[in-house]
Amino acid sequence: MKIVHSVHILPDAVRLDGVALPVEEQGAELLSALYRAYVKDYPKFFKMDLLSKLGVIATELLVKDEPGRFTPREDRAVLLLSHSGPLCDDRNYQKTISGDDYFPSPALFVYTLANIVTGEIAIRNKYEGDTTAYGLEAFDPAQLVAVVRDAFEDRVTTSAICGWAECIDAGNFEALLLLVEQDAPEGRPFTVQTLEEIKKA
Amino acid sequence: MKQKVYAVAGNILSPLGFTAEENFRAVVEGRSGVAPQEGTFGIPEPFCASLFDRGQVAEYAAAEGITGYNLFETLLILSIRDAVRRAGIDAASSRVAFVISSIKGNVEELGEDESEVPVTVSAGHVAAFFGQNAAPLVVSNACISGLSALIHARRMLLSGQYDYVVVAGAEVQSRFIVSGFQSLKALSPEPCRPFDAERCGLNLGEAAATMVLARAEACPPDCWELVDGATRNDANHISGPSRTGEGSYKALRYVLACCDPEELAFVNVHGTSTLYNDEMESIALHRAGLSDVPLNALKGFFGHTMGAAGILESLISMQAADAGIVPGTLGFGKMGVSYPVNVCAANRTTDKHAFIKLLSGFGGCNAALLFRKGGAR
Repeated sequence: MKIVHSVHILPDAVRLDGVALPVEEQGAELLSALYRAYVKDYPKFFKMDLLSKLGVIATELLVKDEPGRFTPREDRAVLLLSHSGPLCDDRNYQKTISGDDYFPSPALFVYTLANIVTGEIAIRNKYEGDTTAYGLEAFDPAQLVAVVRDAFEDRVTTSAICGWAECIDAGNFEALLLLVEQDAPEGRPFTVQTLEEIKKA
Repeated sequence: MKQKVYAVAGNILSPLGFTAEENFRAVVEGRSGVAPQEGTFGIPEPFCASLFDRGQVAEYAAAEGITGYNLFETLLILSIRDAVRRAGIDAASSRVAFVISSIKGNVEELGEDESEVPVTVSAGHVAAFFGQNAAPLVVSNACISGLSALIHARRMLLSGQYDYVVVAGAEVQSRFIVSGFQSLKALSPEPCRPFDAERCGLNLGEAAATMVLARAEACPPDCWELVDGATRNDANHISGPSRTGEGSYKALRYVLACCDPEELAFVNVHGTSTLYNDEMESIALHRAGLSDVPLNALKGFFGHTMGAAGILESLISMQAADAGIVPGTLGFGKMGVSYPVNVCAANRTTDKHAFIKLLSGFGGCNAALLFRKGGAR
């Protein structure tokens, strides 16, 4: 298993395959700026919660140059891990049902499910394979590698968008996402050490 | 040769009983935990749900010496403790892993101590109760969480790092969840009616359920093997099922590679009783060539127990097939889906020893898991 591409997004920095991308905006604005630079034609993006925006943009950077993009495929999994899941969305939805102002918002409620981000990535890219949202006590490269390796036990899965996607609020988020392929001719080894290097860079 | 993964013990904790056997008996006898709710959780509109008597759970927990945990954690601990005792394993061992399944966990803590809200935090408390040093893995994959957890746990065992995996799912209902599903117009004001022509939405339910999994060269003849399972995405819509049943069909196709439909006692479907879900499942089953296989849904007994559903409904299905029964679909009367499917309205008999558990959820995800009795093939 090899890491074909890696991306690391923080509120004030983006690195793609270890190379820093120029960044002028910060926080949620950074994600919008990345959308304008790399996506442009997927207005659904603006309806998404912050966690989905983060996951969709990170994936976009990983696969933007991939040949045959948008052809439906069942062999690519989307496997995301986090500590807080949809906490950011829980807060937003809770506001619509607190106190005397009881106007529960279906649009906000849907995003309080931890796996909507994996669904948004699947919809955008027509990935019809395994999509699973996992939770860990904290970022742990060894557990992350184990979870992804185990998920490749699926007979059909040959590659995955996988990694860590944590979103506390607009000023505090992190995506460390990878495109991992089972039989890639080139790439970095999918190991704890590589993950640590990507995270530290 | 590849090892086999099988269930060694289980527990179900629901308003219908505190063991897997009590819950199965309720299903056979046609008893339901679903009841009309007015003013519950301060929700202005009436709804139906299967909810625990809080006092009864507290009493049981106190008798078991479990205090200082919130309701979500208490349910998980009670359920896991029963299953682990029956399995006779040392739950503290590093050869045992914990996988916890829930959608909203302890969301009621929001506004109190936000750091306690993530399911990962509760899961850590629960695993620590059992003396686990390792952080448990959480699976939160909307309504298919329980099956995703079982499917992943099976793969963890195959990797050889563990001898046992304890898979537990739980859901506690709340103002948060009920208002949310109501805002999506997914809740029925009446007891749900899976696959029925008059169905008008789902009922939510509370439960915890646990399955202890092990691996060996061959599945023991008195145990159920988790033969194989898969999760597939519709890649279509985050809150509406696919019109072609795409992901559900693909998940079914995956497990059907490991069995002949003739072998199946039944397919235990998701059957939430929403218009769209049940229709979508009929399409997926038809496409997969399973129109003639008996199908049943358990939501009429338990409501939709969300993160517990995949484990709970699998445990009921195992006991049913062991007893030679295809449980009836409580609430079903007149066929209400456009593709022909073989819905069991009342309990039927069966002499078959395999079944498929099927679920679908928001985020476009779908899962199927094939179970087969040890020695049946």
